[in-house]
Amino acid sequence: MRKTIKGIAAPLPLANVDTDVIMPKRFLRTITREGLAAGTFADLRFYNDNSLRQDFVLNQEPWKAANILVVGDNFGCGSSREHAVWGLRQMGIEAIIGTSFAGIFFDNARKNGLALPIITSEKRDLLLKLSRNGKIFSVSVENKIVDIDGQEVHFMMDDATQTALLEGRDDTLDSLKKSEAIDAFENSLSLKEKVSVIK
Amino acid sequence: MTRTLYDKLVDAHKVCDLSDGDMLIYVDFHIMNEYTSPQAFSGLETKGLKVRRPEAHLAVVDHVNATRSVEAPDAQSKLLIDNLESNCRKHNIAFYGLGDPRQGIEHIVVPEQGLASPGMLIACGDSHTTTYGAFGALGFGIGTSEVEHVLATQTLRYRRMKTMRVTIDGDVTPGVTAKDIIMKVVQVIGAGGANGFAVEFAGSAIRNLEMAGRMTVCNMAVELGARAALIAADKVTQNALSGHAHSGLFEYLSETWETDPGAAFDQDITIAGGDIEPLITWGTSPDQSVPITGTVPSTKSFVSPKAKAGLERALTYMGLSAGQPIQSITIDTAFIGSCTNSRIEDLRQAADVLRGRKIATGIKAIVVPGSAMTRMKAESEGLREIFEAAGFQWRPEAGCSMCLAMNDDVALDGERVASSTNRNFEGRQGRGARTHLMSPAMVAAAAVAGRLVDVRDFV
Repeated sequence: MRKTIKGIAAPLPLANVDTDVIMPKRFLRTITREGLAAGTFADLRFYNDNSLRQDFVLNQEPWKAANILVVGDNFGCGSSREHAVWGLRQMGIEAIIGTSFAGIFFDNARKNGLALPIITSEKRDLLLKLSRNGKIFSVSVENKIVDIDGQEVHFMMDDATQTALLEGRDDTLDSLKKSEAIDAFENSLSLKEKVSVIK
Repeated sequence: MTRTLYDKLVDAHKVCDLSDGDMLIYVDFHIMNEYTSPQAFSGLETKGLKVRRPEAHLAVVDHVNATRSVEAPDAQSKLLIDNLESNCRKHNIAFYGLGDPRQGIEHIVVPEQGLASPGMLIACGDSHTTTYGAFGALGFGIGTSEVEHVLATQTLRYRRMKTMRVTIDGDVTPGVTAKDIIMKVVQVIGAGGANGFAVEFAGSAIRNLEMAGRMTVCNMAVELGARAALIAADKVTQNALSGHAHSGLFEYLSETWETDPGAAFDQDITIAGGDIEPLITWGTSPDQSVPITGTVPSTKSFVSPKAKAGLERALTYMGLSAGQPIQSITIDTAFIGSCTNSRIEDLRQAADVLRGRKIATGIKAIVVPGSAMTRMKAESEGLREIFEAAGFQWRPEAGCSMCLAMNDDVALDGERVASSTNRNFEGRQGRGARTHLMSPAMVAAAAVAGRLVDVRDFV
């Protein structure tokens, strides 16, 4: 990912936006990661006949071009579906700024280069206001600062998440470098501590 | 030094610390379904990796399959089901597919097979993996990238959560079930109130629950944001471990799987068991609930403009007005099923309400037993006859079905469902569908009355 994410931020102040809303189930019947942009927020973006809902912020100017969201509390709650994060990324969303995120969504975001800066609710309300004015946001993952016309808002992000985003590493390949430690742990287990599922 | 049960479980599974503050933890057992695993297998393929311990994984078909009798799955479901089967065959992983007598909803199947045991760490690409906390095991949901990580390394990157203890002391009153207990906890703590926490449930109301009730409680702990839910292993747990296919094959005896006396939690919450009433959700978040004797809340009770806006949106979506008595709400559909409430104990509770009664005219009522084994057991106990005589559809196949409507059980726009499931999100059971969460006995009562109704008037 880019160290600094710059662009239009869209206000999405609803609390508890769940992954069913982010990626409705009819888009989950797939075996690939691709083709999910059309599914992202589908029920909020489109009517049943697929015409655009003008009441949704991402269908309005200037937020059609948004690559940043400012969101309500507990964003990403519910189902573990990583499709929600894949879809957001494929739609062009690079950062989501909020007060709190559900745990699985948070981890999924980190694995896919989606930055989730965490701020207090006072600061979030300020950013919501600025996003409603169509301001350009600049999110520095390196410095943990959102800059809007020179106004700086510091955000929280744990070190491991920051490192993961900046490095963009593949966690599976990275953890395989620890094979010796995994071998040692596994060898320390008794036979009865090793699951063997009956086929 | 005293430790909480959660800390003991994390310590027992820690492989090593990583330089950035995370750790690697060992996954004893990993469960997969057909919709959150395909991209994990293709990830292995792309990277040329193999499955480290094939015998430590189980794959189950449950999310997309039809539960009514069908000749063959539709093309998209077939794609997912066949994909899982061929991935399992290729990597030598146990696969319980359609037609297998062990098939069913993953979180129903695993305890039924004796695959959950105190002291284990269990991961699955499904948020309701918190269910296994009922056994004193650390269970939690993961994303697909993490499924790939577990397959290749048998570990996960992990950071220690904060700890919260929720104590529910005092007997609950008749008619109040485990579902009402956890719905009360979600109402009190809020939908995101336990984000970043592992929650341990304690107190006499929890200790008095059998395993099925404990599983219901831990299952829905994810609805308050808990990354793990735990109940200390005790005699009830031990008694539940025998008599299953995998019983006696695994034991994690190196610790006592309970919190040491005096161990401190980051947060402690107490709820009086006697104050809990049968609950119903009125809104679109699991924390938006009131007692069945109550009314739909009015905007006056919400101070902040944001909360007010949220309430108004929920009321519009649900087609309800503030102040309306809950028991005046008529329903279209009754659904009993899901990993929260489709165990034999749940079916018995619902059947007790339905015995000798008929569902109201025009109501569609469906019961989907959680697994093939649960269905067989229920049929041997005569429960099928009770459900069918009352007018319920008794589904011949097991799966998640209308809980998340990934199969053909999709509620229509505006259809109002009394549901024994876990999520009342907008669109969860179908676009525009209106979900009211409640206990399975309350769903049965609602089906009979044709409206939301107090189950205590039925016994």
